Amino acid sequence: MIGSTDTAATSRAPGAASPAIGVDDLECRYGDTVVLSKVSFAVKEGELFFVIGGSGCGKSTLLRHLIGLKKPAQGTVRYFGENFTNEDLAARRNLLKTFGVLYQNAALWSSMTLRENVALPLELYTTLNRRERDEIVTLKLAQVGLAGYEEFYPSELSGGMRKRAGLARALSLDPRIVFFDEPSAGLDPVTSRKLDELVLQIRETLGTTMVIVSHELASIFALADRVIMLDHEARGIIAEGRPRDLADRSDDPRVREFLTRGEEKA
Amino acid sequence: MTALATKARAETIADGDDLVVTLGGDWRITAPLPSWRRVRGDRSPRSVRLRAEGLDRWDSSLVRFVYEVQVWCREAKAACDTTSLPETARRLVLQLEQAQEKRVPADHSRNFLSTVGLAAIDTRRQVREFASFVGECTLSAFGLVKRPGRFRWRDCFSEMQQCGAMAVPIVGLSSFLVGLTLAYTGAIILRQFGGDIWVADIVGLSTLREMGAVMTGVVLAGRTGAAFAAQLGNMKANEEIDALETLGIAPVDFLVLPRLLALTLMTPLLAMYANCMGILGGMVVSATVLDIPPNAYWVETQSNIDLADVSVSLIKSLIFGMLIAVAGCLRGLQAERSAAGVGRAATSAVVTSILLLIVADAVFAVLFNVLGI
Repeated sequence: MIGSTDTAATSRAPGAASPAIGVDDLECRYGDTVVLSKVSFAVKEGELFFVIGGSGCGKSTLLRHLIGLKKPAQGTVRYFGENFTNEDLAARRNLLKTFGVLYQNAALWSSMTLRENVALPLELYTTLNRRERDEIVTLKLAQVGLAGYEEFYPSELSGGMRKRAGLARALSLDPRIVFFDEPSAGLDPVTSRKLDELVLQIRETLGTTMVIVSHELASIFALADRVIMLDHEARGIIAEGRPRDLADRSDDPRVREFLTRGEEKA
Repeated sequence: MTALATKARAETIADGDDLVVTLGGDWRITAPLPSWRRVRGDRSPRSVRLRAEGLDRWDSSLVRFVYEVQVWCREAKAACDTTSLPETARRLVLQLEQAQEKRVPADHSRNFLSTVGLAAIDTRRQVREFASFVGECTLSAFGLVKRPGRFRWRDCFSEMQQCGAMAVPIVGLSSFLVGLTLAYTGAIILRQFGGDIWVADIVGLSTLREMGAVMTGVVLAGRTGAAFAAQLGNMKANEEIDALETLGIAPVDFLVLPRLLALTLMTPLLAMYANCMGILGGMVVSATVLDIPPNAYWVETQSNIDLADVSVSLIKSLIFGMLIAVAGCLRGLQAERSAAGVGRAATSAVVTSILLLIVADAVFAVLFNVLGI
C-alpha cells in the first residue's frame, strides 16, 4: 500500500487490528523431512521485518510457504487477518494482490522488456488502459531509479539493476507487503547498500510492510525493526527481537555468534 | 482487509471558470477508479484545484490521476493547484513527471535495405561459425583417435542410450506407419494393372533409399537435436561451460564429441531398424488388404533390393546423424544466457537440423545418380 493522508507507516488501516502477517504454528516439510515446525510470529503493518539464520536453516523454505509456493503441512498464514493457507483458489488470488515478491535472482521474464515485466500484473489485475499502465510503469521504474529503461531487456542490465527492476515489478500493484529473498545476494557492497537505501525510501514513501530473508549482517543492522532467527537443528525460531539487542544481550550463544560473525570474545 | 474500504471518489464543484476536485475514499489500483475524462465532462475550466477530503488509503492510481489532471491542464493552458494534496503524493507526481521526460520512445523499425543487409551479414556469420565449429569438431575427433583414453566414454555410452535405445519406439512407430502409407498409395495405381505384388518393390526401395533414413533423421532432429541444444544452452546459462573453459577443458572435447559420436553411431542403427519397420508396414497392408502372403512379399522385396540400397541408407543416415548432432550442439553453445535464449536455441537446432538434412538428401540424390549407385 502506498500511503495515506496520515504518515504512511502509522496509517489508520481498515484492518489495523490484525497484524499484516500472522503465522500460527506453521510446519514446513519436504516429503517426510520436517524443515520447520511450530513456527509462530506476527509482522506489524509498516514494519521492516527480517528472517535471518545460517545457510540451510529454512529461511527460503519459510518464505516459500508464506507466499503460497508451498503448502504448509500444518498451521496457518494470515494476511491482515484473512486466512491465506486454507482458502480456495479465488480467495487466495485476491490475497495474492496484497503482497509482491522480489526473488533472489529478480526472476524477471527474460523474453519481455522491463515495461512488459512491470505491466503484466497491471494487465491482469487492473482495469487501466495501455497509456495509464505505461504511466504506472514509468512511475514504478522511476521509484527504483530506472527511469528511461522501459524498453530494455533483463539481459541488458547489470545484477543490481535487475534487482531494482524486480522490485519495480513487485511494487507494480502497490502491495501492502513486499517479500525479499536474499536481496543482497550477488551484489557488491555499494550496490547492496544502495538497495538497502531504496528499501528504506520505499517504506518511508509508501508505508509498505517489508519482510526480508537475509543473512547480510550490514543490511540486518541497518534496516531491521525486528528479526526472527531460524536454526537448522532447532527447526524453528530461536530468537526474536531487535538485532542490536540480540547481538548484545541474547542468552543464546548461537544468536550472538551469528550476529557478531563469531568474533565475539568468549 | 477490504471489507471497510470505501470507493475512490473525485467530486467536482464548479466555481465560475474554476473547478474544485475533491479526492476522497480508498484509491487502490486494483479497484474501480474515477476517470478524469468523466469527472471533467465537457467542462473547460480555466483552473483546476485538487484537494483531499476524507482521503483514506491511496496508491499509484491517485498519483496517476493527479498526473493526468496536470497534463490536461498544461495542454488546455489551465492552472492546476495541487498544494492541498498529501506531500508524498505530490512528490511522486513530480517523480512521474520527471521520469516521463526521460522516456525514450522505442523505435525498433528498420528499413528494407538495412533489414536485408543485416540478414546477409548474419547469414555469413552463421556459415562461418558453422564451418569453424565443424573444424573444431574435426580437430577434437583427431584428438580422440590419438588419445582414446582421455575420451569421456561413459558420457558417450549414456548419450547412445538416450539418443539410440530410447528413440527405438518412436522411430519404429513412425517408420511402420510410413511403410503402411506407402503401400496403400502404391496399391491405388498398381491394382489397376493387376501388379499388386510390386507394392513390395515400391515400399522396399523407397524405404531403403529414402524414407528410412529421412524419417529417422527427422525424428532425431526433433528429439535429440533439440535436447542437445537445450542441455548445452542451459549449461551455458548456468556458466557451466565457462567453468570448463577456465579449467582448460575445451567444451567441444568434453560435451560435443561424446554427443556427436553417439548420434553418428546410433543413427545408422536406428535407420536400419526404421527400414525393417517400414517394410513390415508394407507387408501388413499387403497381407491384409491386397491378399499377398508375407513370404511372397518378402521374396519380391529381396529380388529388387541389393546391398547398394542398404549402403545408401547407411551412408545417408551416418551423415544425417552427424549433421543433427553438430547443429544441436552448435545452437546450444550459441544460446543466449536466458530461459528464452535456451528455448530459441532448441527451436533453431530443430530447424537447422531439418534444413541441413534436406539439403544433404538432395546432394546425395544427385551424387548417387552420377555414381550410378
